Amino acid sequence: MLELPLAGPGRARNDRCPPAVFARMLDPRPAAWHNSGRAAIGATDAEGAGEDRKTGMAVLKLRGVSKHFGAIHALTGVDLTVERGQALGLMGDNGAGKSTLMKIIAGNFPPSAGSIAIDDQEVHFSKPLEAREKGVEIVYQDLALCDNLTAAGNVFLGRELKKRAGPIAWLDHGAMYRRAATLFAELKSETRPRDLVRQMSGGQRQAVAIARTRLSDPKIVLMDEPTAAISVRQVKEVLDLIHRLKETNHAVILVSHRMPDVFAVCDRVAVLRRGAKVADKPIAATSPEEVTGLITGAIAAA
Amino acid sequence: MTTETTDHARIDDSIATRREMSWFESVTRTQPFWVLLAILLLGLVMSQVSPVFLGERNLFNISRNFAFFGIMALGMTAVICTAGIDLSVGSLMGLAGIVTGLVMGAGWGIEAGFLACMAVSALVGLINGALIAYLRMAPFVVTLGMLAMARSIAMVISNNKMIYEFGPDQDLFTWIGGSSMLGVPNPIWVLIVLTLVFWWAYNYSTWGRWVYAVGGNPQAARLAGIPVERVLVSVYVISSLTAGLAAFLMVGWFGSVTNALGQTYELNVIAASVIGGANLMGGVAYAFGAPIGAALMELIRNSLLLAGIDALWQQFFVGLFLIIAVLLEQIRNRGRG
Repeated sequence: MLELPLAGPGRARNDRCPPAVFARMLDPRPAAWHNSGRAAIGATDAEGAGEDRKTGMAVLKLRGVSKHFGAIHALTGVDLTVERGQALGLMGDNGAGKSTLMKIIAGNFPPSAGSIAIDDQEVHFSKPLEAREKGVEIVYQDLALCDNLTAAGNVFLGRELKKRAGPIAWLDHGAMYRRAATLFAELKSETRPRDLVRQMSGGQRQAVAIARTRLSDPKIVLMDEPTAAISVRQVKEVLDLIHRLKETNHAVILVSHRMPDVFAVCDRVAVLRRGAKVADKPIAATSPEEVTGLITGAIAAA
Repeated sequence: MTTETTDHARIDDSIATRREMSWFESVTRTQPFWVLLAILLLGLVMSQVSPVFLGERNLFNISRNFAFFGIMALGMTAVICTAGIDLSVGSLMGLAGIVTGLVMGAGWGIEAGFLACMAVSALVGLINGALIAYLRMAPFVVTLGMLAMARSIAMVISNNKMIYEFGPDQDLFTWIGGSSMLGVPNPIWVLIVLTLVFWWAYNYSTWGRWVYAVGGNPQAARLAGIPVERVLVSVYVISSLTAGLAAFLMVGWFGSVTNALGQTYELNVIAASVIGGANLMGGVAYAFGAPIGAALMELIRNSLLLAGIDALWQQFFVGLFLIIAVLLEQIRNRGRG
């Protein structure tokens, strides 16, 4: 079995030993040296591949996505694949191109070059609603909630449920409260549908924003810094929500600066630096130290 | 498995049906409730102070007078809910009143007069709304400009003359604005119907929901797929239409119209909306707040008159109550934050 060091999906889960991995990254000795004692781990390689198949096919594929704003190259030739039931951590320093990439996937603007495919069908979005129709939902960093509306009101904003009698249609509050309650219960969140968002904790607000993405049963959920502005206790709540999304076979892309959160919920991590992807590997095959090195540029690529 | 399912259903149900506040509590948290209380209190005091106050004639006058402001405040409330302001309503009354007078005076029927009145109002609202929504101009500036322009056009087309001939339908026209049904002035009937329509729209229509959302967080509303620009245009058109309707009724009541109709009314209308609980920062509005706010102001005006205080003091108290209402709102917000 030929195994490249520190790359590819073959890295076994039980091989997770971050400091050692990190040390090897900086180790000039040939790969074969590390692998000499690892032939026996071939079995776990196969298991890893099998796990990928179990969780489903690649739902989102980006090929050579670039974005230029005038002379500024925000993204250059980014490839990215996300599978069902999997969470991909997208990391990078400020200005590395994370937000640009998310906005392209969410349909805020089109890429300058490259292609996006959802379920192997190439898609071209010119506005967020088109991305939503194709199964892409995004939870914005500022959550994009209306403080003056209830939790249920925010979940159904722009997609209100209505009753109809002849030409007159009116909001079906009962149905919206019930459906929102079900969504919150599925997320195991204690958010109450009738509460005003103004009166909610950061974790509950996240639950509202995430519950909203589940209305349309999306294929891909993009999350932009969901744990950036909330307390430690609420972070766990949000990470649980992400686990729940994975369990229900959604693909998740998590943009975050918080290393522990990415390592807690993500299956893979991709690192952007100056608009280019410098790493994309299973979380089990890397370490916070390595990722930090990749983000800062201390490690060129992996 | 079965027990687990029922359990979930029960939990869902308890979450869905749980109310944070009783109906009474949720009502007492709104500004219109407290203003209504103030109205009743003031009424009680006045009925003791002045024997004329509870007289049928006085109550009839009070209710008719505040109906016009209440109708316009309903439209203004929607504008304020989107964090906007419409300063042009007073001038638009003058323009719409003159247009109605000119059309009907030229021998057209009341239908044509009404349609012309509504059409010119809608046009003014459309211009306001388009400049604010699509060119992203500040509502204050746009509607202040329209305040000057609408009044000026009213002067030009009326040739600065009073109109008191309203053609073949003059009797019907003056009956609608100046008469009553079942002892209640017609403008009050219009106000009651419109208030119920607005109450329904705020609570049960997507339009109402979207007006709240645009006022609460326009960026979030846009991302949720709400046509923010069209919602903004709609509230300015509606505000203008209520001003046009108030002008139509008021000209019928007066039996004449000059281009000075509605001068400085924008102040009273904004004050009525704000006293009725509309938050100038956007996102908060009550349909019942508009008539209640207008009623309080008219009641104060009437009380001052009955108490023998010079009418020249009236605007002073309108301004004073506007400032007090905003101050109270700020204090309440601070308590909440």
